[in-house]
Parts: sequence; C-alpha cells; structure tokens
Amino acid sequence: MTDVGLDPIWIDVGQVLQRTVTSLYSHLVTRQTGRAVRMAIEIQLRTAGERSLSLIDLSEVVIIDFSCADEVVAQLLEGSRQSRTHEAFFVFRGVHEPHRDQIETVLERRGLAAVAETDPGTYQLLGRHTDGEARMWAELEQRGLVEAAELGTLLPDLEAVELLVERRLALRSPISGRIHALSRLVRHLH
Amino acid sequence: MNVLPVPGSLDHQTIDAFFDLVAISKEGRTLFDARHLRWVDPNGMVGLLVAGTVAARKQGAMPRLELPESTDVLGYLSRMGFFEAAKGVFELDDPGRRGPARASDVLLEITPIAANVDVHGAIDRLQEKAGAILTSRLGYPASAVVQFSVILSEVCQNIIEHAEAPGWVAAQAYNWARRLGRYVVVISVMDVGRGFRGSLGDEHSARYGDRWGDTTALEAAFLHGLTRFPDSGRGQGIQQIRKQVRRWDGAITIRSGTARIGQVPEWDDTPPLVDGMQPFPGAQISIILPAKSGS
Repeated sequence: MTDVGLDPIWIDVGQVLQRTVTSLYSHLVTRQTGRAVRMAIEIQLRTAGERSLSLIDLSEVVIIDFSCADEVVAQLLEGSRQSRTHEAFFVFRGVHEPHRDQIETVLERRGLAAVAETDPGTYQLLGRHTDGEARMWAELEQRGLVEAAELGTLLPDLEAVELLVERRLALRSPISGRIHALSRLVRHLH
Repeated sequence: MNVLPVPGSLDHQTIDAFFDLVAISKEGRTLFDARHLRWVDPNGMVGLLVAGTVAARKQGAMPRLELPESTDVLGYLSRMGFFEAAKGVFELDDPGRRGPARASDVLLEITPIAANVDVHGAIDRLQEKAGAILTSRLGYPASAVVQFSVILSEVCQNIIEHAEAPGWVAAQAYNWARRLGRYVVVISVMDVGRGFRGSLGDEHSARYGDRWGDTTALEAAFLHGLTRFPDSGRGQGIQQIRKQVRRWDGAITIRSGTARIGQVPEWDDTPPLVDGMQPFPGAQISIILPAKSGS
C-alpha cells in the first residue's frame, strides 16, 4: 500500500462473465448479461473498504456490444458516483480498437469519462472531458505523480485538476496530497 | 380457403407488398402458394415465417405452405434452416432430404430469437463463418466481425426488449452482380410483436398528440433515438447500428405497422420513408452491407 491508502484490485471481466452468468457465454452481449456482470463486480467491491481502485480487465472479452458497454462500463461508473459510503476509482484494461467505439459512445452519452488502457502500456482518457482536463490528465499521465507543492507549476490548470480528482480520473493522496495518475497505480496488476 | 400467391422473387424489394397481401387477407384457412418461388433472400425467408404467424393468428390454425417447385430454392431454404423454423408455423409436406449442404455464403441460418440465450447463440454461431465471408466477399478488415456481431446483437435485442413476442434473424452473402456489381450481405430481423408504436406509445404518444402513429413512432426511434425507457443511456442500439451501417455504405430499413423508414445510400433507390401500407404487426428490419468498392 502506498500513500494513496488502498490496494488496487484486478477484476477479469471474462472470468466474471463465465462465473456469474454461465460458462457457455463467451461474449459480453445483451443488456441482461451486462447487468449481471456489473452487479457481480459491484458485490465484489462492497468488501473493498471505503475507497477502492479497480482494474476492470476486458482483455479476454472478444465482443462487447453497446448494451453491455453501457452496463459494465458506464453504469458501473455512474453507480459508483452515487455511493456515499464508498469512493471507487476505475481503470479499464483491454479497451482495444474493436471495443473502443462502444465504450466511448456510452461514456459520451452519459457525460462520463474513464481512464483506459487502449494498447499494452498506453493509457487514454475516453469519454466526455474538457480540453483543460485532457491536457492536465496527459501531463499527469506522463509524470505518474505530482507533489502537492508542485501542483500550480507542473499542472497549472488547477480547476481542471480539481475536476479530474472530483471525477475520479486522478487520485489525490489523503496522506501527502500528491496527485497520482491512476495508470501508475494499476500497471503492476495482472 | 384463402390462397396467397408468394411472388416469384421474395426479397427486401417485394416483401412489403407481400405483407400487405397477408394483412388484408380474409379470416379463414390460408394457403401460401410458393410453388413459383424462384428467388428468396433472408428478408423473404424470415418474412414468410412472419406472414405465416400472422395468418395463423387470424385463422386460429396453422396455414398451409405449398413448397417451391425449384429444387435450387428448396435446397437453399433447407441450408438456411427454413424448414426447421417453419415446423411451428406452417403445415407443409416433407421437403425431402436435400443432400449434404454444399459450401455456401450463409452467415447465419434462420435463428429464432425469443430470449437472451438466443442472442448469445446467434453471436456464437456467427463467429464460425462471418470472419471469412466478411473478409473474402466484402473486403472488410478481419476486425469487422466484431462490429458485425455488435450490430446483430443490438438488432436482435430489439426483439427481446421491445417486441414482447418472438422473432427470427438470418444473414447471407450474395453476389449482386447485375444490381450492384459487388457482393452484399443481407441481414433480416423480424418479429410479430407490438411494433414501435406500441412499444413507445405509453412514454411518448402524449407529446405527439394526434400525430402519433407508426410513422412518428419510427421517426422517434430511428431518427431521434427515443425509447420507452426513461434512462438517458438507453436507446443507443438503433442509433449505433445506423452509424456503423453508414460507415460501411450500407442500407437499413425498418417497417413497423403501416410505415417503413430507412437510411439508404446512393446506390439504393429505396425511398427513405414509405407510409400508408396495410397495418402489419411487429417490426421488420432489413440491413444490406455492400462489399468495399474494388473488392
């Protein structure tokens, strides 16, 4: 555990799909299936304490349709924002080209944004965000973390930085006040 | 007995007139006379099942289907799984054994869609051949099979979520040598449910007042992405299907009730909106995806 005060969790959506719905299903299609997978993830997160950071891994999912992207990505994010007892952060892995359109579309539709690994080791900010948020996120992503004392210098658009933290696209350490790029906190997970 | 002649060519161009004929047929036993059927595409095959189901509702018993005389058509219907699907719809003679299925461009045999599990089954089966056919016949990249599967999944879910009645899906590749000079994939998804007007009525009809009808319901769903669900994240299926079909320069049309709405590319002379047809239950969706130019 670092100064962020949490241990990231790795959730393999392919495994959740087979374990939760049925081992016969190999694709993330239909809203009913997506809802079941999302609920299984939410149950898993209930035991994660007051704060959690989850790597939602879609690498083993071959097909994800819009209905499932809405349930498993957008509604998972939206639901987590509504919790008063749990502060959940998410990074999505395995958002390769065939998944990207579905995920970007559902995020845009609900006015959400998410950090996603689009190629191995490459992270992007997907969904709806301002230019300022995108610039500050990219700078933070390049640095990995920024000390509280360096905020105005290295990340000059403080309003955008606050929005990134508020939208849980970056994480502020409750101990040191550092701002962490989410990708750096999950990249060791397999 | 009502005798309904099945046209010699039953496809996306002739299916509406055929449905109109079924819609105005009198009550009483119906015979679908398909003896002179020479050409049928997925819209024709799935449309026959829909027409038979509608006729059965009217007469309270299975209609009879007189089989095509053409052995080519019989063989094709057999390969597409038509006779298996028709067992619960028509009373018909044994079409006989058609011999082993030869290599064909069938992407998806006629598949009943009534529940979630059926969509999963259809998507699984699609993976067996779709990649090869989309690449070799349409010149699409290998990854297109994912987008194709997404389209099919969304369009099938339309049946489960809105129709509240069963339906069918089928897809096949053809060489439209004379019509377009290219291969196309034809996807047909049809149901006999409550249609768009019925599905959207409770939520949206008041806003439209006297103008509410099949045409306005189709426009609301097809052009504006309205659904019966209050959740703003819903209703993306048809919008996203339209977007992907446009990217591939394809055509999509939906008939529901008395109207058909469409998004048609330059190569297709289908009008974007047709109304004033005979009232017909459910929704009937046709998607045509052409090969990339030069393929």
